[in-house]
Amino acid sequence: MRITASKAETKASPRADANWFHAMRAALLLMLLCGGVYPLLTVSLGTLMFPHQATGSLIERDGKLIGSALVGQPFAAPGYFHSRPSAAGYDPFAVAGSNQAPSHPDLRQRAQGTSADLAAKHGVAPASLPVDLIAASGSGIDPHISPPAASLQIDRIAEHRGMARDAIAELVADHVEPSVLGILGQPRINVLQLNLALDAMTETQ
Amino acid sequence: MNEVILIYMAALLLAWPLGRYLASIYAMEPGPSDRIFAAFENRLYRFIGVDPQTSMSWKQYGKSILKLHLIIAVLALAVLMLQGWLPLNPDAIGDMSWDLALHTAASFITNTNQQHYSGQAQLSYFAHMFAIVSMQVITPAAGIAALVAILRTAFARRDASALTADGAVVVGNFYVDLVRTIVRVMLPIALITALLLSWQGVPNTMHGAYVATPVDRTAELAEQRIPVGPVAPMVAIKQIGTNGGGWYGPNSSVPLENPTPISNFIETVAIVLIPMALVFMTGHLTGRRNLGLMIMGMMLIMSAALTTLNIWSENQPNAAFAGLAAAGPNMEGKEVRFGATATALWGSFTTQTSNGSVNGMHDSFNPIGGATLLMDMFINATFGGAGVGLINFLIFLLLAVFLGSLMVGRSPELYGRALEAKEIKLISITLLLQPVLILALSAITVAIPGLAQVSNPGFHGLSQVLYEYTSAFANNGSGFEGLGDDTPWWNVSCAVALILGRFIPILAPLALAAMLAGKRVAPTSSGSLCVETPTFALLTLGVIVLFALLSFFPVLALGPLAEQLTLAG
Repeated sequence: MRITASKAETKASPRADANWFHAMRAALLLMLLCGGVYPLLTVSLGTLMFPHQATGSLIERDGKLIGSALVGQPFAAPGYFHSRPSAAGYDPFAVAGSNQAPSHPDLRQRAQGTSADLAAKHGVAPASLPVDLIAASGSGIDPHISPPAASLQIDRIAEHRGMARDAIAELVADHVEPSVLGILGQPRINVLQLNLALDAMTETQ
Repeated sequence: MNEVILIYMAALLLAWPLGRYLASIYAMEPGPSDRIFAAFENRLYRFIGVDPQTSMSWKQYGKSILKLHLIIAVLALAVLMLQGWLPLNPDAIGDMSWDLALHTAASFITNTNQQHYSGQAQLSYFAHMFAIVSMQVITPAAGIAALVAILRTAFARRDASALTADGAVVVGNFYVDLVRTIVRVMLPIALITALLLSWQGVPNTMHGAYVATPVDRTAELAEQRIPVGPVAPMVAIKQIGTNGGGWYGPNSSVPLENPTPISNFIETVAIVLIPMALVFMTGHLTGRRNLGLMIMGMMLIMSAALTTLNIWSENQPNAAFAGLAAAGPNMEGKEVRFGATATALWGSFTTQTSNGSVNGMHDSFNPIGGATLLMDMFINATFGGAGVGLINFLIFLLLAVFLGSLMVGRSPELYGRALEAKEIKLISITLLLQPVLILALSAITVAIPGLAQVSNPGFHGLSQVLYEYTSAFANNGSGFEGLGDDTPWWNVSCAVALILGRFIPILAPLALAAMLAGKRVAPTSSGSLCVETPTFALLTLGVIVLFALLSFFPVLALGPLAEQLTLAG
């Protein structure tokens, strides 16, 4: 009934017209409001409230910028934990997934190479490898690996660094980020942060 | 599974009060929100030059929509083609080619956000803000305005002649509906969402890219340039406004755009929040509670069915990895922090609502999962795009009224107003345009050598082409992104699908609503078909599913279903 009342007003009201002049002024005004005021206000508030996050969660070591906690890096040396396969070579300006369907012959071929290489490096059967180390990520800069993917690499790293296996296993366990409230997201490990901790531990020894 | 239930529940619980709030805004009643917004809005009306007390016919309303969109699109086109000369370009990004700029302007002015470019590398901050973000706020608001005009004209409970002044049907004032939506809904929700995302780590700065030196020198990446910018305000509005176009190429799979499970939760809820709230709004705004509940029920059934199938599919192993890894979900193109279930849920929501953002690569989904995404976009009325999804649903509802009435031998009518040949013609054109255009463009593209540029051999190649046009016409914007789609053919042909897929499904129903509102109301008798019943709801559901399957089953069989069969064999 309340709606009926408001319509009665519409009935009595004069008609508007749809001219170019209104459209032009509305376009300029709304583009300025939505494309200028809104983002600049958000940036100002965000920078004020969350200065570290606002600039990209950057990480420095010895006063030098070495990356971002949110951007994965490629690791090739045997003494480091390795990241997932990337279709972008971990270049954030070229972010991309492989975009290959399960039926794509190149996907099978790539997976065979990755799987054989990992199995040989770690002395395990291919059919036991954690799938996130075979599959390329969506972004090409996934900063995380799964806990099993990290466990797989512990022996190799202990051997190359000449460190105790248990110490590294403990470090890995400390770096597991669990699901939020046990519900949201998957347990994961940030590879860059884990490797930085590994370097720090090596230095102190 | 708990994550899925939690997200559905959170979205419904937030959408419910938001629906009430939306209804109060469009009923134009004085309320507490006036104290905050009315003075500012009046200033905007004065600048635009409209008297908020005036009302428009459907033609004036439609013309206002077209004129505003045309001007914004031209301005955006100019910004994109001249961005190299404009300020706020710290990463020295050059101008866009004419065809890519045309496609981008068409894509964003239609609330689609199909991207044939990668934002971090091909757009300046100025272009991101004034061309992209502004369209991401304005276009969903225009879609909602059109919905509101249709609801108040043809569906609201009122006496027969209430809407007609001097004998003509008026539908409302476009600029008032638009400004109220932007000021009272889009911007406040976007601002809160942007700050929450900023807290979780989405960049929010005017600084240019940072150059880092990666830790492992042996890994052949000498320096890592990290693109940042005013990302948070864009990501917030792209999720809230069923836009989908992200800052970075692979959208919200990129950790800078979606850093944590909490940000993923916020962004997933944000996809469906306004589309769900608009359904809750319908009951309040029209005074027909049962209609609103019925629509919500049908949409939830469609959503739950296709989402469940998709989640099941993505938790199956990727066939390419058989024997090469431990059995696990399909992780190709997915991020470890989200996993397969949360990525599949997002994929379903984003195609159901015509949002089009992604947090994993749809091209690498298992074939059945990919088929559910296509099905979501064929239907395009499961919640659907801001405003327009519900309009699509109402058109299906009118078709069901027509078919149902014929089945029981009544003359078809909606709330006492007769559906006659003229109305049915408009409904048919609106509905048939979709399969005709998508299938014809797909056929041309695969028939002429060199046009398709698919990255995948075999049946999946056809799926890539089909997905691109379906996404364009549905104003969705997601893609099977292996497709080499930045070519003049793809840019121009998609622009055609984008524009027809946006404005015909808005203008035809608007005309239809005005035609219905101008008719005499026949008294309801025991023989009248009542639309607010479970039986009619099931009929509507059947019409929607059958229409999609009749139109598209053959091509689904040639694409994803054939791919699935080859994998199984």
